[in-house]
Amino acid sequence: MSAVTTPGADASTTRPAAVLTIEQLDVSFSTDAGAVKAVDRVSLSVAPGEVLAIVGESGSGKTVTAKTILGLLPETATAGGAVILARRDGSDSHDILSLDRKGLREVRGRDVSMVFQEPSTSLNPVYTVGWQIAEGIRAHNKVSKKEARQQAIEILGKVGIPDPSTRVDYYPHQFSGGQKQRVVIAMALVLNPGLIVADEPTTALDVTVQAEILDLLRRCRDEFGAAIVLITHNMGVVADLADRVAVMYQGELVEEAPVRELFAAPKADYTRKLLESVPRIGQRVHGSAEERAKKESLETAETLVEASGLRIEYPGRLGRGSFTAVDGVSFQIRAGEVLGLVGESGSGKTTIGRAIAGLTQVTGGSLTVLGTEMNGVKERHFKKTRQDIGFVFQDPASSFNPLLTIADCVAEPLRIHRRSLGERETRKKVGELLEAVQLPKAFGARYPHELSGGQRQRASLARALALDPKLLIADEPTSALDVSVQARVLELFAEIQREFGFAALFISHDLAVVDLLADRIGVLYHGELVEEGTSEQILTAPRNDYTRTLLASLPVPDPDAQAAKRTRNR
Amino acid sequence: MRPTPHRRRVLLLSSTLADAAATPAAPAPQPSSRAKKRRSGGLGRYILVRFLLIIPTVFILVTLVFLLMRTTGDPITAALGGRLSGAQLQERIVAAGYDRPVIVQYFEYLGQIFTGNFGETISDNRPVIEVVLTYGAATLELAFYALIVAFIVGIPLGMVAAYFRDRFPDAVLRILAILFYATPVFFAGLLMKLIFSVQLKWLPVSGRATTSSELELQLLDGKTGIYLIDALRSGNPDVIGDVLAHAILPGITLGLLTAGIFLRLVRTNMIGTLSTDYVDAARSRGVGELRLVRKHAYRPALIPIITVIGLQIALLLGGAVLTETTFEWKGLGFQLAEYLQARDFVAVQGIVALLAVIVALTNFIVDVIAALIDPRVRY
Amino acid sequence: MTVTTPKTVPDAPDRKRSLLSRLPIVHQVRQSMGIQRFMLVAGLVVTGLFILTALLAPVIAPYGYSQLRGDDGAFGSQQAPSADHLFGTTVGGYDVLSRTIWGAQTALSVVIVAVILSIFVGVFLGLVSGYFGGWLDRVLVVVCDAIYAFPTLLLAIVMSIAISGGQSSLWGGVFAAAISITVVFIPQYFRVIRAETVRIKSEAYVESAKVVGASNARIIFRHVLRNATRTLPLIFTLNASEAILTLAGLGFLGFGIEPTSAAEWGFDLNKAIVDVSSGVWWTALPPGIAIVLAVLGVTLVGESLNDLADPRLRGRRRVAAASGTVAATSVVPGGAQTAGPAGLGGLESGETFGDDGIETRP
Repeated sequence: MSAVTTPGADASTTRPAAVLTIEQLDVSFSTDAGAVKAVDRVSLSVAPGEVLAIVGESGSGKTVTAKTILGLLPETATAGGAVILARRDGSDSHDILSLDRKGLREVRGRDVSMVFQEPSTSLNPVYTVGWQIAEGIRAHNKVSKKEARQQAIEILGKVGIPDPSTRVDYYPHQFSGGQKQRVVIAMALVLNPGLIVADEPTTALDVTVQAEILDLLRRCRDEFGAAIVLITHNMGVVADLADRVAVMYQGELVEEAPVRELFAAPKADYTRKLLESVPRIGQRVHGSAEERAKKESLETAETLVEASGLRIEYPGRLGRGSFTAVDGVSFQIRAGEVLGLVGESGSGKTTIGRAIAGLTQVTGGSLTVLGTEMNGVKERHFKKTRQDIGFVFQDPASSFNPLLTIADCVAEPLRIHRRSLGERETRKKVGELLEAVQLPKAFGARYPHELSGGQRQRASLARALALDPKLLIADEPTSALDVSVQARVLELFAEIQREFGFAALFISHDLAVVDLLADRIGVLYHGELVEEGTSEQILTAPRNDYTRTLLASLPVPDPDAQAAKRTRNR
Repeated sequence: MRPTPHRRRVLLLSSTLADAAATPAAPAPQPSSRAKKRRSGGLGRYILVRFLLIIPTVFILVTLVFLLMRTTGDPITAALGGRLSGAQLQERIVAAGYDRPVIVQYFEYLGQIFTGNFGETISDNRPVIEVVLTYGAATLELAFYALIVAFIVGIPLGMVAAYFRDRFPDAVLRILAILFYATPVFFAGLLMKLIFSVQLKWLPVSGRATTSSELELQLLDGKTGIYLIDALRSGNPDVIGDVLAHAILPGITLGLLTAGIFLRLVRTNMIGTLSTDYVDAARSRGVGELRLVRKHAYRPALIPIITVIGLQIALLLGGAVLTETTFEWKGLGFQLAEYLQARDFVAVQGIVALLAVIVALTNFIVDVIAALIDPRVRY
Repeated sequence: MTVTTPKTVPDAPDRKRSLLSRLPIVHQVRQSMGIQRFMLVAGLVVTGLFILTALLAPVIAPYGYSQLRGDDGAFGSQQAPSADHLFGTTVGGYDVLSRTIWGAQTALSVVIVAVILSIFVGVFLGLVSGYFGGWLDRVLVVVCDAIYAFPTLLLAIVMSIAISGGQSSLWGGVFAAAISITVVFIPQYFRVIRAETVRIKSEAYVESAKVVGASNARIIFRHVLRNATRTLPLIFTLNASEAILTLAGLGFLGFGIEPTSAAEWGFDLNKAIVDVSSGVWWTALPPGIAIVLAVLGVTLVGESLNDLADPRLRGRRRVAAASGTVAATSVVPGGAQTAGPAGLGGLESGETFGDDGIETRP
């Protein structure tokens, strides 16, 4: 298969100019605070067999645009402009915005279909997948149930579901996440529409599964000839799949260009910043003098955390067997060292972080944290040690008590362990902490919901640093943030770590992010530590197969490099 | 990785607040996506565990009722005090064993219940179990009529309300539902009697049948006590008509109360499922709006609805007591009210304890049905 | 979850809402629209009337609740409505209108006592049980579930027998009735608060407090308690209506309050059954309608609050045309389910969710 070049060139002469033309699209929502504009005069077009990626961060209006294409906006929304959708054979075209219910119903599925972000919620849990696929077929064509079922089996086979004639009768919960997304794609393909709208189709999936789904989407275009509107925030995904890219920011289209052009020479400021923010492997130059010096000093540093044969089990429900989240893991963290833990969902990485912080019980092996053995530890023995541990949580939305001000939240550790400080001293210290994480002092008076996600994560860092800890645990601190915000938070983290010199356990699913900060990286897979080494070694010369797959699956935010990588991996 | 709590909010109202925590049919969250091997016997185990839960439930209720009833002193004095002399009372108290320590009485009582003996009434010296069997049929019949009314009225109207959400039909239906709920059954019953029986004279005022029909039914061989069945078997169209005419008002009165709750339950749960991704996904495949409501939103909403309907059995029974009193429907509720008037607390205690068993059993059956409907539990 | 989700990054709303609009009920009224606003306002008006009637009963009621004779002799039994007795008199010779008005006072006091008692016990048990877990939690859950599944009316009857031997003749009858209802409600509050506590316990801010080394008492009172009780006003209103109905049911079965000690709607309705058969309507209608109105009003308020607290149920305005300022609008992954706790607090957080989980920020 030739790479990404000249989509649908073979048939372009017989096809209409565009399957989708969006002209001057405006979308507004009514909210408690009045009307809010989500999409502002956006014009786009998609040629047959082309993959157009719409890229943007949260709040850019990209998903609203996607939903508009299928007429799926909620009743609170009002849209203006035109969304012209052509039939695949060019025989007919409609303006989605002016279609009535019946017209919309006919167009959906036949001319345009959609792949949703979360495969586990986009399938109805109480019907078999075959039933759901057949329903879509029978909504448009008069075919018998048997025939529809046959078609469902056929399409399931085509999207790579093994043994489709049995699995057609499975319920969604019997499939894994990646397979569910395949089923969703099968549903989108079954009536052979000219256009598929894919809204963050791989965001909810692990990186290795993501690679498979991206391959499948490529086949949708190459083998089924469908044009794809790909909504994503992930530049790697864009580089992998897109032919053309439209960048949106705050409801407006800021740039539109062929994929290579966009990555090579972004015109808009925003695009440039966005591309710069994307973490990529190899961004950090390894082997510098500074790094070597640190490495040497670490070798003699004291060991703060030591795990050997660490095993953590969760008790099962009502007599069911227990679940082993971490299985025989050994590692060390020395003073001043940043250890990155990488793994996909279910790898046990978060559990290890929680065990070190005393949030999860250790059930086997040994884990020594700052001199305390955590296997069978009593809270009252561990309490004193707690002041030397800081923790930054993943979800900025829930990491602060919504009823307390930021200053109160940050002061919490001081009020518990430094009661002698007094109110004035505490306030002063809180101010300093906020400044250290580059938040204005005045933010202390605000409530958590009045801060943005990035600001909250910085405040969270301030709280973790309040007692000047020896060890900081950061559990996916940036995975809920936009790319540009993530870049700033990571930078701040690195800076503060250098300044304060604490040891850190940095947990992430993203190798590129870990690479930016970690001295050493541990790769977890199904509760086992499959490989551990310096960042340089893991990223350039991985020894373990899984690490290699992980690295290979990570799409590179560069179309040419990604195309080359894809060929190499095949 | 930490198991992510599967947060599923079941939308319930008033009498059924916060059942989210108690929805047993909610599938167990998988600790991870690791090795998805099928858990064998999931349903069998669920049914077993759920069945075993009946025992503590019944035990707790029986104990609670026993202790509460004993705080007022012995039942003999309560029932017959003032009518018998002190010596006579004392004699009967000793004879019935109420002079012994409460703890002894309690264990004896537990033992009796275990063997199916719920005591003997004081006012008319009948075994409680016999009272329940005699009058239970009538209550069962009434509950059956009420459930039919509730299902026919509540579920379709709830779907309509969800479909027309926040528009005029929805507003009318919601206010109607609240009215159904806000009107105490005894007042609704009185109103209906006033209109349909006293003013219009269309329907009988009270009772389960006219005396002549009742006589005929009593003479029937192998009677069930459920008048509708007995009447059908007698084959006499007059009797059938008479029995049905008597059933209409009580059935509707109790049925509408439950219908109001069903309506709101269906509406809120359907609105919940209508806003899910999979409904949007089905819509994006070109599935029509009506079908979305009927198939995609209804079926998943049904699972929590059924669970909660199970809890409404309690409401139905409580309502039955009041409805039966209003319409002199000679069922268990009516009888209970009579015993309450007579201060016959042995009878009250026995009936209430037996009802506890019935409620626990019904809830178990309902939960199993809900689990059977949910493929996530079934497979 | 290890998902890189484009989670909304809210910008801090720079203008604070005025104090007035942040007051509980006022805020909800402003937030509501259309039918929901109508239901809320109608409920508030009816409930207000109910409370006013209860408070001003001594002023409004033409006679006392147990008054049998006026200046010109006894009222007489079953007198048809007249200028002296707007709604006539009962079999027992009481003035129907007066007893209906005084009945509001009885209902209100029972509701208040019952709800307050059950809130205290239920919240305490729910917090402790949910936070500490363990065997105590399991036992309490089974006990509360057992009571919860049982017909509330029957339980209240048993309870009132236990408290007063079935005869409540003094003003303490109000307390007897209230305590009977309390027992029924404790499991409800227990379940709600426990579920919330269990949820909040796994929130990052509670874990953060644990990591820091805060004591259990500090965590419970500073972090869990206030967040777990945000939904209470809502349950309170929904429960109040049930309390009125249970009280009336008790009275109807003869376990209420004697006519000489207070006026009680259910009791009066019981006495009216016989009247209805003989065509006397005025003894049944006033107390019955009073119950319906009181329950209707409180339920309307409760339901509206419930709807407004749940993003999926909240009605939304439509915009007339593509208008408004451009602002951050994005789709929250997983839709509204990942939103904060449904409850009054959720409303104050400045977050609003549309039907499809589309989150919009002012």
